Amino acid sequence: MKILVCISAVPDTTSKINFTADHKSLDTSGVQFVINPNDEFGLTRAVWFKEQQGAKVHIATVGDSSVEPIMRKALAIGADKAFRVDTPPTDGFLVAQALSEQVKKENYDLVICGRESIDYNGNMVPGLIASHCDYSFINTCTGLTIDGDKATATREIDGGSETLETSLPLIIGAQKGLVEESDLKIPNMRGIMSARTKPLEVITPSNLEALTEDLSFEKPASKGEVTLIEEANIDQLIELLHKEAKVL
Amino acid sequence: MSVLVYLESENKAYKKSAYELASYAVALAGQLNTEAIGLVINNDTPESIGGLNQIISISNESLNTFTAERYASLLSAAFEKSGSQYLVISSSADSKYIGGMIAAQSGSSFIPNVIALPENIEGKTAFKRTVFTNKGFAYTSSKSDRCIIGLSKNSFGVHHSDAAPKVEAMTLELTDDRVTVTNQATVNGKATIADADIVVSAGRGLKGPENWHLVEDLAEVLGAATACSKPVSDLGWRPHSEHVGQTGKPVATNLYIAIGISGAIQHLAGINASKVKVVINNDPEAPFFKAADYGIVGDAFTVVPQLIEKLKVFKAQNA
Ligand SMILES: Cc1cc2nc3c(=O)[nH]c(=O)nc-3n(C[C@H](O)[C@H](O)[C@H](O)COP(=O)(O)OP(=O)(O)OC[C@H]3O[C@@H](n4cnc5c(N)ncnc54)[C@H](O)[C@@H]3O)c2cc1C
Ligand SMILES: Nc1ncnc2c1ncn2[C@@H]1O[C@H](COP(=O)(O)O)[C@@H](O)[C@H]1O
Repeated sequence: MKILVCISAVPDTTSKINFTADHKSLDTSGVQFVINPNDEFGLTRAVWFKEQQGAKVHIATVGDSSVEPIMRKALAIGADKAFRVDTPPTDGFLVAQALSEQVKKENYDLVICGRESIDYNGNMVPGLIASHCDYSFINTCTGLTIDGDKATATREIDGGSETLETSLPLIIGAQKGLVEESDLKIPNMRGIMSARTKPLEVITPSNLEALTEDLSFEKPASKGEVTLIEEANIDQLIELLHKEAKVL
Repeated sequence: MSVLVYLESENKAYKKSAYELASYAVALAGQLNTEAIGLVINNDTPESIGGLNQIISISNESLNTFTAERYASLLSAAFEKSGSQYLVISSSADSKYIGGMIAAQSGSSFIPNVIALPENIEGKTAFKRTVFTNKGFAYTSSKSDRCIIGLSKNSFGVHHSDAAPKVEAMTLELTDDRVTVTNQATVNGKATIADADIVVSAGRGLKGPENWHLVEDLAEVLGAATACSKPVSDLGWRPHSEHVGQTGKPVATNLYIAIGISGAIQHLAGINASKVKVVINNDPEAPFFKAADYGIVGDAFTVVPQLIEKLKVFKAQNA
């Protein structure tokens, strides 16, 4: 089984988000980039398939050379080979075109994306790849087992979950639940050393096209002061929620 | 160049989100001087909604269970057949599932997490949307003539209208689906985080799962859904599906009540789109107080039972 994990580099979840003075882009000063959390769940499951079922695991990232440290981290966690498509990931359409070419070239049995990237929250890359490459697609995937070319998965739906069956080739949108939090791997010394010599191929793309354009960014307005209510005055809270906030 | 809006149904009636979606589509069409057209699946006698004058109705037994491939091809076919410029979809798990697929199949662009009607920026039609999980906003324009708009929950509001829509049946060829749903488990009769107007959430401050009756009782008086912080689900006190925040479910509700949650940045990002936030925490320095509208500094084990009792009285008086 050949697996591709698509990995995006996103600001660490503790980051405060600021934009450049011209409001045109993210101000990356002081921001630390990490593997998108949803992709990390997916990568961990892929490495499990490698260890348990002998799968080959590739990773791919669309981005300039600044994303290579997180790609090396993914190799240290256990991926075998990396592909970087050398272009800024301006929108989901451009990213999905680039990744679809990689998928078609290598004919993966399983493609693992995250449900969403926590930077621009595009919610679209896996669905776009599924349609471009004509793969089955399971999103918000919280469990996946594979037996031959049969796949059984669970997915989160609003207010519950469901079990699904399909056959490979398959693309999933991974999220929390796919593996346990405690299964996430911190790369060890051996992993880090071997990641240095694992292949990282740089691909120069052509003819990629974005379909959307972010014209400007802004931060949310700062919040007013909290109204504190004494523990002895719970009636006052109910009154405020009823009359002032009008939510009761 | 109309605006098509997909109104999700359940048991032959609109889902709650559909009312806001229809209202938005009618306003968007008004701004563009065009018509808004609703699209319903297996809701044979759609009632008036959001001021829509026209509804396309598709009925087929085999559409009773949502499967993504079939729904996506159906919606993209309807989008093309209607010749609409925009297709408005909700931010439900199902709609997010198929948004990218419809975009690819219909050759249109997709702007998710939209929270307002478009504005003109640099001569372009720009939609305001949340990015970085509510830590920022982007104004995004489409380079394609046709565009799918994913509307965030609770971002536009509902406009009531009695306009009786003209309903027209549409028949489209259904494709097969390579993915089969073999089992579905839903919590029936309980409000869900996706749908509820009020969410009651608790964190590690509640000490253990045996104390969750406090959260459940409070949620019951309020008709609210229950949620929790990430460590609570990691510890197995509550199911993963209740974990809210940047890496869990987003919460965009009218009222969010946080009990014994410190207010870490990842938690706040996920719930910040909620309108009114109430915090109950015994530490006056808890960061959540900076993000809250109302707060009580106190012990959850004494505050919450009192709140439940007083709310029961309030509900009885205001029933
Ligand atoms: C990559 C990453 C992603 C993350 N994503 C998320 C996410 O999506 N969602 C999320 O929630 N977290 C997330 N976290 C975790 C986050 O950083 C915090 O650790 C977490 O939110 C803290 O949970 P908590 O507030 O329940 O617990 P604590 O931080 O332990 O806070 C407990 C609070 O309860 C109060 N308390 C204690 N006793 C009482 C009492 N008797 N009465 C009233 N109050 C009391 C305390 O004062 C304290 O403020 C993430 C972390 C990482 C590293
Ligand atoms: N620049 C990128 N390079 C590689 N994969 C990406 C990139 N951007 C997004 N993805 C993948 O697509 C998923 C969903 O992203 P998005 O549609 O942007 O929310 C992510 O979790 C990744 O798996």
